[in-house]
Amino acid sequence: MAVIWGIVGLLVGLVISLQLLWPAFNFDLPWLTYGRLRPLHTNAIIFAFGGCALIGTSYYIVQRTCQTRLFASGLAAFTFWGWQLVILLAALSLVFGFTSGKEYAELEWPIDLLIAVVWVSYAIVFFGTIAKRRTPHIYVANWFYGGMILAIALLHIVNSAEIPVTLFKSYSAYSGVQDAMVQWWYGHNAVGFFLTAGFLGMMYYFVPKQAGRPIYSYRLSVVHFWALIFTYMWAGPHHLLYTALPDWAQTLGMIFSVILLAPSWGGMINGIMTMSGAWHRLRDDPILKFLIVALSFYGMSTFEGPALSVKTINALSHYTDWTIGHVHSGALGWVGFITMGSLYYLIPRLYGRTEMWSTKLINTHFWVATIGIVLYVAALWIAGVMQGLMWRAVNDDGTLTYTYIQSVKASMPFYMIRLVGGVLYFLGMLLMFYNMIKTIGQGKSVDVAVPMASAPAHA
Amino acid sequence: MSDFTSNFWNLYIAILTIAGIIFCIWLLVAVGKREQKSSDSSHVWDGDLTELNNQLPGWWRWMFWGLLIFSIGYLVYFPGLGSFKGTGDWTQIKQFDEEMTALQAKTKPTYDSYLAMAAEDLSKNKNAMETAGRIFSNECARCHGSDAGGGAGFPSLKSGDAMSWGGDVAAIKQSITEGRTGVMTPMGEAVGGAPGVKAVVAYMRSLSGLSHDEGLMAQGGKLFEDNCAACHGADGKGVKEMGAPNLTDNIWVYGGSEAAMTKVVELGKNSNLAQGDFAMPAYKGVLSQAQIHLLTAYVWGKSHK
Repeated sequence: MAVIWGIVGLLVGLVISLQLLWPAFNFDLPWLTYGRLRPLHTNAIIFAFGGCALIGTSYYIVQRTCQTRLFASGLAAFTFWGWQLVILLAALSLVFGFTSGKEYAELEWPIDLLIAVVWVSYAIVFFGTIAKRRTPHIYVANWFYGGMILAIALLHIVNSAEIPVTLFKSYSAYSGVQDAMVQWWYGHNAVGFFLTAGFLGMMYYFVPKQAGRPIYSYRLSVVHFWALIFTYMWAGPHHLLYTALPDWAQTLGMIFSVILLAPSWGGMINGIMTMSGAWHRLRDDPILKFLIVALSFYGMSTFEGPALSVKTINALSHYTDWTIGHVHSGALGWVGFITMGSLYYLIPRLYGRTEMWSTKLINTHFWVATIGIVLYVAALWIAGVMQGLMWRAVNDDGTLTYTYIQSVKASMPFYMIRLVGGVLYFLGMLLMFYNMIKTIGQGKSVDVAVPMASAPAHA
Repeated sequence: MSDFTSNFWNLYIAILTIAGIIFCIWLLVAVGKREQKSSDSSHVWDGDLTELNNQLPGWWRWMFWGLLIFSIGYLVYFPGLGSFKGTGDWTQIKQFDEEMTALQAKTKPTYDSYLAMAAEDLSKNKNAMETAGRIFSNECARCHGSDAGGGAGFPSLKSGDAMSWGGDVAAIKQSITEGRTGVMTPMGEAVGGAPGVKAVVAYMRSLSGLSHDEGLMAQGGKLFEDNCAACHGADGKGVKEMGAPNLTDNIWVYGGSEAAMTKVVELGKNSNLAQGDFAMPAYKGVLSQAQIHLLTAYVWGKSHK
């Protein structure tokens, strides 16, 4: 399902980037307007594509590394169907114009309740499995998944606190700047825990597995795990620099975002250094290419993020397309690639095979998607910096040098390049879908045996 | 005014922040120092998953230290630790005020000299009109168009005739400073429903020399005299003091088609935003007196070449 929702999410993204170039692409239909499709795009990518990938891989990994079956497998099936129902309801309600107006949390209160129920069930299954594990230690991937599950439960429940008015409309329990603060505490941690911690869990299993090498450093994983989950919780206010948020809160958001560079890079180092001794395999293993390039984009985005959260830089970058470029280098490069690499490892193993139908096609996918990302991200970097400079340019007489519409006009060529990048990335995803169908067609679904006999070396 | 409702929250924030930084330092020192028993943590999962236990890379540790020290320095200088103001005495409001004061000090002499000139003379001053043009582009163009030619619902400023509140300097300045709210009463019922509206529209079109139904025109003229002339004048040439537009110049802000005219006569226009109508907003408080003076000259100049 992750692949399918990924395709849907990317397609909606393409439609809205077309609308930025040619507004007529909403065909004058209210259901297809930018304001409705944009939240559909973000929700589809983060929660449908990302969520399915996270839940699916975490169930696989937790069984393999705890060397036991899932706790409450009936409940696990419920989390799958429940999550699909959430996605379906989200897609319908957003298109029909129901929204609570909070970014990445647009869904109305009945869906919010359903999410809470499904998520708590997910937590029960996951931690139940950990509790009945047959290994003495909890594998590092599971720390990250566990941290993600706990934090997302907390974030979702606190941020979605709202007062229902009708079945389809509710108002936030917070008001004014408090609402903004809670929203971005949630918003940035959706990035920090959902899109980072969760996918680091994925990285910590599939990178050593595919490379056939041990994790580089246990103690590095300890330091960066605790530092990461602690500092991310503070980073939200960097979305509200130079606003009504009190100065002290802005400062705290900024400094912890800056500190965050170190724990983030800790994860990148641990992933990349795990490759030592296996570098030569990059040449002919496209799955490893996906995983390593994902880590590179992770490192780049987590360098860019702290930089953008510095007040002086933020004053230039805020509200421009630089932010959109930053998000996409993280989403397409890190989240997308680590997921694709992981799924290319996982899919054949679920169908009694060890390899995808075509390794060559994986390689093509890799190159098409990489070129797509580079075009996309570079175009928006340039557009963003240009917009920031144009907006702040002032003449000697105190008037603005450029009008807003001039900056929009100047951005158009870059929007075109971004569209091309997006199309390439989308084509890559279609190749993956084709490869997946072929692989499934050749194999048959097997119950992957959980490793039992491998007793720990010191036991 | 303090951001904190009580001193508790102030301390809560400050202590939590400092504790957080100490926690990071502790992680770095304690885990880094821990004696390396073997290079392998000797745990195995899932058949072949193992972990090495390499020392933290040196450059990474120094980077972490650097970031932490930077943060501590930042917290000393800037406001962050609860209500502690920071040694730098910085606030975002202060930064804004300082930048604005500096800019205003720099531009004040020029603006003062503009303010001393009559608008008619100012409109021939090249530098002044370039400045005014940029203010116009940022403030006025979104409704009146970048060439001041107007658009559907928004009058053109290129011709004095199109300005129903008057195109002289005083009227323009009044329009910009205080804004304008016009009221056109819905006339559908007063003129006897759809047939009456149709007749009035026919008469209106005849005033501007547009194609119209000759048969209905006379009836429309009578209805016009009874219902419309009070504002638009018996000759239909409008009354500027009321903002009632001239109907004989073939300038139609809300469209010159029969359908558009029918709609205006029937439903009226009352600058009601909720009905999709727009009013000219007041710019006092948004723009300075000198800027309004400049814009007045600019707009006046558009119709007085």
